[in-house]
Amino acid sequence: MYDAHHQFDALPPAPGVGYKPQHWSDILENPAPVQWFEVHAENYMGDGGRPIAQLRYLAERFALSIHGVGASIGGAERLDPDHIARLKHLVNWANPVSFSEHLAWSTHDSHFLNDLLPLPYTTATLTRVCDHIDEVQSAIGRQMLLENPSSYLAFAESTWDEPDFLEEIARRTGCGLLLDVNNVFVSATNLGFSPQSYIDAFSVHRVGEIHLAGHDEDHDDHGKPLLIDAHGAEVAEPVWALLDYTLARSGPRPLLVEWDNDVPEWPILADEARRAATALAKVAA
Amino acid sequence: MSDISAEAPFRDALLDPSQAIPEGLLDGAGTPAGRRYDVYRNNIAVSLTEALETGFPAVAKLLGEQNFKGVAGFYLRHHPPKSARMMFYGQAFGEFLESFEPLAKFPYLGDVARLEFALRESYHAADHIALDPQTFAVEPEALMALTFRLAPSMRLISSPWPVYSLWAFNMAGGPKPIAGAQDVVILRTEFDPEPHLLGSGGRAFIEALAMQTTLGDAYEEALAIAPDFDLSSVLSLLIAQGALQGTTQ
Amino acid sequence: MFLKREETMSKLVKTAAVAGAVAAALVTHTSTATAQAKEKCFGVSLAGKNDCAAGPGTTCAGSSTVDYQGNAWTLVDAGTCADIELPAMADGTARMGSLTELERDLPAS
Repeated sequence: MYDAHHQFDALPPAPGVGYKPQHWSDILENPAPVQWFEVHAENYMGDGGRPIAQLRYLAERFALSIHGVGASIGGAERLDPDHIARLKHLVNWANPVSFSEHLAWSTHDSHFLNDLLPLPYTTATLTRVCDHIDEVQSAIGRQMLLENPSSYLAFAESTWDEPDFLEEIARRTGCGLLLDVNNVFVSATNLGFSPQSYIDAFSVHRVGEIHLAGHDEDHDDHGKPLLIDAHGAEVAEPVWALLDYTLARSGPRPLLVEWDNDVPEWPILADEARRAATALAKVAA
Repeated sequence: MSDISAEAPFRDALLDPSQAIPEGLLDGAGTPAGRRYDVYRNNIAVSLTEALETGFPAVAKLLGEQNFKGVAGFYLRHHPPKSARMMFYGQAFGEFLESFEPLAKFPYLGDVARLEFALRESYHAADHIALDPQTFAVEPEALMALTFRLAPSMRLISSPWPVYSLWAFNMAGGPKPIAGAQDVVILRTEFDPEPHLLGSGGRAFIEALAMQTTLGDAYEEALAIAPDFDLSSVLSLLIAQGALQGTTQ
Repeated sequence: MFLKREETMSKLVKTAAVAGAVAAALVTHTSTATAQAKEKCFGVSLAGKNDCAAGPGTTCAGSSTVDYQGNAWTLVDAGTCADIELPAMADGTARMGSLTELERDLPAS
């Protein structure tokens, strides 16, 4: 009964932001320069009320991306059929132009831990991730994008590099990729690799969306920098630089600014989106 | 999975800070990950604690921040969420607060938590359209025989404690609670659920309506329990707040 | 015969009471606000009053506040509980869990 009808068929290669209810009035007044919105799927899995009304309104007027954080694609156990059914229902009625999820797990033993947890990259985990993506794509009847995680550690047993692992998943399942350049920078700093080399190895032709966010700085036991993907501040300067590097390879892509903790007033978020627009303008055809 | 995988130990130590950091986890240089693992423990504990603080603001005020965080730390480890719908996290919090020995001197906390959880359920419940008041423009006999469908966002809370006053004192500038049982109905006209204090017999009347009892019989049931039952005030509330969704046959 | 007449009387009285109560309730309710939602109402309407009603959401962000040690805690005297005195019930017992029995009576959603 809520079917959202809209005229969009893809996310535009333009700035978008993660939608926060506190920005509702600002968005109604003037969303510029933001052209599209992303929401977490799980927050719109209620039966009705304000969240559903707001999402329907947004879905009818803006290109919408639904971003799942709870499917546990990387988990060792089978996907929760109730969750997949809710996801299917949401995608059916809200009819977003994009659906994405994470290369991570969050559920074990029927317990949802509300964090994106890491998995070793082995041929065995590759198979199960592909099975889970096949299941999600069949359920929602469309291609999904898979996002690279932020890493704070590595599994000794991993035998694949992350870009190769993601490429192989995309090749086998037909899914697209969501490239979070802040996650790349965070992981590169934490694990001591070159973020540019990661981008060089990444299948940018498969990238349907790019994420940007702020991170925090901490230290590990040996005093080495340990960055936390906290989404609670402006995008850091080296991440903007990595975005330029990425866009020079990929060409224009939909750019999302995520700000989930200590959410700022709309003008500050709009400024971040403006800077994303500037980065896109540099590579516009 | 092969039995050398670090996956199972990784999972098992997440909610248990007393367990050693699992083996097979490294920093980028091949040295053991050490406290890098604690980032994940921390993300889970902090995000679930914050979820409980967001979901139970009155309980958080009653306990104070430091106490609440401590209690939340126990709850999240004994009752991690069972689904990714975080909006419904904390269903067992009321029961937990009542059974948690350090809080035995605050036995009313459980019902305050139940009230807050019911407000959330109401917020996310299905929408409905309130019935047309013309429905009541019928002969007295037919009026007595009316049965209703109630709003899906309606919730009833009944407590031996002044649960409404406890909530209002902390959340809506209400006066300091005094002892006594209270019944509360939560109603949502459009998007914002609100708790309403029910007079005597009000709960019995609404429960009867919810069981498809006729208006006439529901009135009698309420009167039998509370001779001073005020039908007009309860009906005013239910009609004004859109609690009656329609009639049933 | 006598009993039956009393029942009839009683029923008439109750019908009149219900009809009167319905009439009074409708007087206070001038027009029905049907659920025709307007855009502005989609927002948080009462100056943040209902921000918390939505409850917690999911996160895809990590946290830099360190708080994962959960088992070392003792109750401190803080919060509004400290100001509230509620004597035990008249019969000396705490009647707990009253919601559980209610749940079966709630309308199906």
